[in-house]
Amino acid sequence: MQPFTTISAIAAPIDEPNVDTNQLCPTRFNKVPRGPKYAEVLFHDRRFTADGAEKEFLLNAEPFRSAGILVADRNFGCGSSRESAVYALYEFGIRCVIAPSFGDIFANNCGKNGLLPVVLPDAVTASIRAQLRARPGATIAVDLQEQTVTDAAGEVHHFEIHPVRKKCLLEGLDDVARTRQYRAQIEAFEAAYRTERPWLYASGG
Amino acid sequence: MFDKIWHRHVVAEEAGELLLYVDRALIHEGSSHAFVALAAQGQAVFRPRQIFAFNDHYVPTSGRDRGSAGIANPEIRNMVLKLASNTARHGIALFGIDDPRQGILHIVPPEQGITQPGLFIVGADSHTSTHGAFGCLAFGVGASEMMHVMATQTIWQRKPNTMRIKVDGAPGFGVTAKDVILAIIARIGAGGATGHAIEYTGSTIAAMSMEARMTVCNMSIEAGGRAGMIAPDETTFAYIANRPFAPQGTAWDDALAVWRGLPSDAAATFDKVVEIDAAQLSPMVTWGTSPEHALPITGQVPDPRDAPDATQGAEIAAALDYMALKPGTPLSDIAVDRVFIGSCTNSRIEDLRAAAAVAKLGRAKVTAWVVPGSRTVQRQAEQEGLDQIFKAAGFEWRDPGCSLCTAINGDQLRPGERCASTSNRNFRGRQGTGGRTHLVSPAMAAAAALTGHLTDVRELAQKG
Repeated sequence: MQPFTTISAIAAPIDEPNVDTNQLCPTRFNKVPRGPKYAEVLFHDRRFTADGAEKEFLLNAEPFRSAGILVADRNFGCGSSRESAVYALYEFGIRCVIAPSFGDIFANNCGKNGLLPVVLPDAVTASIRAQLRARPGATIAVDLQEQTVTDAAGEVHHFEIHPVRKKCLLEGLDDVARTRQYRAQIEAFEAAYRTERPWLYASGG
Repeated sequence: MFDKIWHRHVVAEEAGELLLYVDRALIHEGSSHAFVALAAQGQAVFRPRQIFAFNDHYVPTSGRDRGSAGIANPEIRNMVLKLASNTARHGIALFGIDDPRQGILHIVPPEQGITQPGLFIVGADSHTSTHGAFGCLAFGVGASEMMHVMATQTIWQRKPNTMRIKVDGAPGFGVTAKDVILAIIARIGAGGATGHAIEYTGSTIAAMSMEARMTVCNMSIEAGGRAGMIAPDETTFAYIANRPFAPQGTAWDDALAVWRGLPSDAAATFDKVVEIDAAQLSPMVTWGTSPEHALPITGQVPDPRDAPDATQGAEIAAALDYMALKPGTPLSDIAVDRVFIGSCTNSRIEDLRAAAAVAKLGRAKVTAWVVPGSRTVQRQAEQEGLDQIFKAAGFEWRDPGCSLCTAINGDQLRPGERCASTSNRNFRGRQGTGGRTHLVSPAMAAAAALTGHLTDVRELAQKG
């Protein structure tokens, strides 16, 4: 996984609440192998007509084509667990999404792919989106080590993140390597558990 | 109950993150990304006998005589074949396209007794919350986390908060589990349970069948819930008994002893509590593009100008624009082009019985599909003659799969088509690009098929 440390990038305001993962990656693209093709998948049906022409949509307009940060509304990434929604954001160039709240599964999926989900209060995200609408192309800076977002007006907002998630993102650590260190504990757990609930391991079906 | 199951599965702790042991993991064709990641890391599947795979998302719901060879679209066929080869390579049990037990990954495990109280189950699908109806902890994960589960049989988690949703009272005629959960989501919002594991309690829930409880838990994710669960009781145990993967003989008694200890203690506390009076509920229907956009069928399309603030007004206006609806229109005046009865929310035998009871009152005026959740459901329905009722009423009786809920197998709405659907998501384009979805119960879907518009099933049934 690519580490995430800091980013200073053009931020795009996404003003609608409950943006679901179907919008980020329409279902039919789930079977696309991971890779650069996902850049076009992001918000595909909002961005393109059936014959591939561009529709009027924020991310089709300059300067937002080169956005690296989205500032969204509540419950961003709700719905399906599809990780392809994160692949689409990542390949488009988005490295950080700032919102008042996220779908739980989506936020977890971001963290596993080097993309930082930042939770800031509703009033703060609304005011940052207003700045971005007033000054299209304005940049925002995010510093994971310091846990800060510096908005387009230079105001600094602190955000919370679990220390383990922070470390994994900062260092680009992957969980499987970490978990392998617990192999002995896992096997000890299994031994006790199998004795307690042997029926789960009888052959069925 | 949540705490008891959670604590029993803790393997290790690191700075407040817990490594939890996964009893059973459920995957489907879309888990191809997890297999790719597994191969990229050179990992083997650690406990293949605890992973169960299902052909459901990509299987066609007609013309199944030739199995995967009969799938015309090569990309879709490839997804079905890839799951077969990946599971064969790793020694994972596959409920494949030709299996007499084939069906949706949230329908088959309960039917087979794979879903049991006290388990921790993860699935490669957000509706894994369904299994919580049995008093287990169950939720969906993405491809990276599923890869981790396949490689280690564990998952790193932070403990969610808990929420009790207490539903009391006897629902009126025509009010089903689907209406209860839509009313809950309308009340608390699509993000109302974010970061929370929900426990549903109360007399209404206790009186529900397992099928109804699964419908409720299924849509926990539509309220943002990390999981949804219901305490196991005699209804649960009676459902599980004698199913193929259920404990047998003396093991059954041992299992029961564990299961009876799972329900929350009377003194259990929750971070949030919501109370619902089921006696006050009506059949529900969604009008917008989020499951929280739900109202009683007796209501009207909302007016953005009545919204409490400009932001919410804009949200309603955008939803109505997509749905091509005018404020103030009675919901029961909305004409539909299609009807879909199916999905992991509402494709179990009771759902089909409820729909058939309405279907036999008339004849479908629009294209109406019935897609059973599994071969098992399909066979039982055919034994009961439900297929004949549907066919006589002009409904199409199809083969099991996710079908028009997720619209990935080739079944989809055309742009602009409007569908009364028993599925779980009315997101923009969910049932096909440009498609418009109104979520309803199976009886309400059947009623819409007979009249060609959203209909209060209570009026139709009374006339019948």
